[in-house]
Amino acid sequence: MIIDLERFISVSCPTWSELENILKEIEAEPTLRLNLDRLQRFHELYERTAADLAKLNTFSSEPETRRYLESLVARAYGEIHETREKRRRVYPLRWFFQTLPQTFRRQIRAFYLSLAITIAGCLIGGFAIVLDPPSRHVIMPFGHDQMRPSERVQKEERQTSDRLSGSKTSFSAMLMTHNTKVSIFTLAMGMSYGIGTIILLFYNGAILGAISVDYVMDGQLRFLLGWLMPHGVIEIPAILIAGQAGLVLATALIGWGNRQTLGQRLRLVSKDIVTLIFGVGLMLIWAGFVEAFLSQYHEPVIPYEAKIAFGTVELILLCLFLSKSGRNTRSQKAR
Amino acid sequence: MNAELKIRTPEGIVFAQPLAGPITRFFAWAIDLMAISAILSLLGTVGNLIGAIDYNIALAVMALAYFVVSIGYGIAFEWLWRGQTLGKRLLRLRVVDAEGLRLQFDQVVTRNLLRFVDMQPVFYVVGGITCWLNRRCQRLGDIAANTVVVRIPAVSEPDLEQVVSGKFNSLRQYPHLAARLRQRVSPEEASAALQALIRRDEFEPAARIELFAQMAAHFRAKVEFPPDATDGVADEQFLRNVVDIVFRSRAETPVRNMASV
Repeated sequence: MIIDLERFISVSCPTWSELENILKEIEAEPTLRLNLDRLQRFHELYERTAADLAKLNTFSSEPETRRYLESLVARAYGEIHETREKRRRVYPLRWFFQTLPQTFRRQIRAFYLSLAITIAGCLIGGFAIVLDPPSRHVIMPFGHDQMRPSERVQKEERQTSDRLSGSKTSFSAMLMTHNTKVSIFTLAMGMSYGIGTIILLFYNGAILGAISVDYVMDGQLRFLLGWLMPHGVIEIPAILIAGQAGLVLATALIGWGNRQTLGQRLRLVSKDIVTLIFGVGLMLIWAGFVEAFLSQYHEPVIPYEAKIAFGTVELILLCLFLSKSGRNTRSQKAR
Repeated sequence: MNAELKIRTPEGIVFAQPLAGPITRFFAWAIDLMAISAILSLLGTVGNLIGAIDYNIALAVMALAYFVVSIGYGIAFEWLWRGQTLGKRLLRLRVVDAEGLRLQFDQVVTRNLLRFVDMQPVFYVVGGITCWLNRRCQRLGDIAANTVVVRIPAVSEPDLEQVVSGKFNSLRQYPHLAARLRQRVSPEEASAALQALIRRDEFEPAARIELFAQMAAHFRAKVEFPPDATDGVADEQFLRNVVDIVFRSRAETPVRNMASV
């Protein structure tokens, strides 16, 4: 098609400029709501510019005008065809009490799988210690295999001074950041079709199982519960939820029995994954505090029963939160 | 690598955006790394001040700050600057939704959190290889978030005065053939001809003659002008005439606001 280019540009240029001005306005203020008239005008301008681009595509020796129109149409297309909700404000409490537990329940099957893999790891780790005690040097992290649990308990209970004095805050920060990194890595390994996530969950389970069985066999169950429960009842579920997020990602990636495209599947779970990992972050902040300020103190400083009771209360509250919070809300009913 | 993100709208219009390759993205990341280091060294100074009061709290603040900045830098900038960090802005790159839709917060978070796998084992080897093999140059984080990184070429008026001297153009005597030439020359060909003329002094003399002979032959084959328009016209001059035909009509009526793209 041969068109009078000069005339074409001079006639269409005001349309393009108007569209660009509206786009600049929208991009500068994400919370902006256009009224119906302006919305209709915006749509009309988009369609006219898109049509101009189509005309110019057949008259292609105008690379810069075409590039300019492509850029305009691309920006307007994103605004017009986007159907996902545009967040105008963030409601942290609503997110915490509704969105997070609802998301957890919506993806509960991935959580059960994450739990099952960790339990399998626990069993293998535990059996390894029972059947082959020297394997503790291989399975347990360095330090835990250096002395018998009873020796450690004696050492801890004999302490007269606060060995974390002056370093509790930094220790707590170190725990939070380290555990959050491990959790994000567990989630991210979902991109290996879930294999990396499964390995990490299984390995964590194996260490937990090995240490637990080692303490139980040495008659130190009370110490073990008092040591692990205050922070572990939050930290371990946090890792499980990170695994849940990783498995949700892997499931979307694999897409068994799902006719949607990879992009559509990932788009559907993207918000859930982010919600879960933010939840994990919050849980690990709490666990970091408790581990540094409570878990590392043993009898006679704090009675084990008090620590176990504290852990039990935390676990009950966590279970209630994840299973009940956000039920009967409008968004939940709508689903 | 000249990969493009092509989007077909429901109205049947196709538009394309050039995709950024792994090397450009690596340079953008290197700039970001420097920006992160600068922020951290600034926070280090604050940490030292806190350390004078309480060393333990200073250590905690620094550990948390390092973690928050290293993870939050990409998330914060890409969200606030609509898909750009400092490095991406300097190199004219932008993260966009792979379907051409509006970039969402969860996409920004997902692609930044998945850096943890992309950066394995060192210097983004996993991400770089994935990006290199992927037809849309996506690293693993981009695949998970359904995003791509596009280049935003600077749109500027071609400096025709430099190459088209305003001399008599024999091709303009035949407006219908000139219009046909404009229609048949692709944007890439027009751009190549313009670049060849702009950079003509950079070529070796023999290479320059050879190049312009080949290009002139190429454009002569597009539209056959009568002999009186082409006879006696040197190859380089013929190419000037072609560029004059292709670009000149618009150069006289420049598009407004183009520089703001």
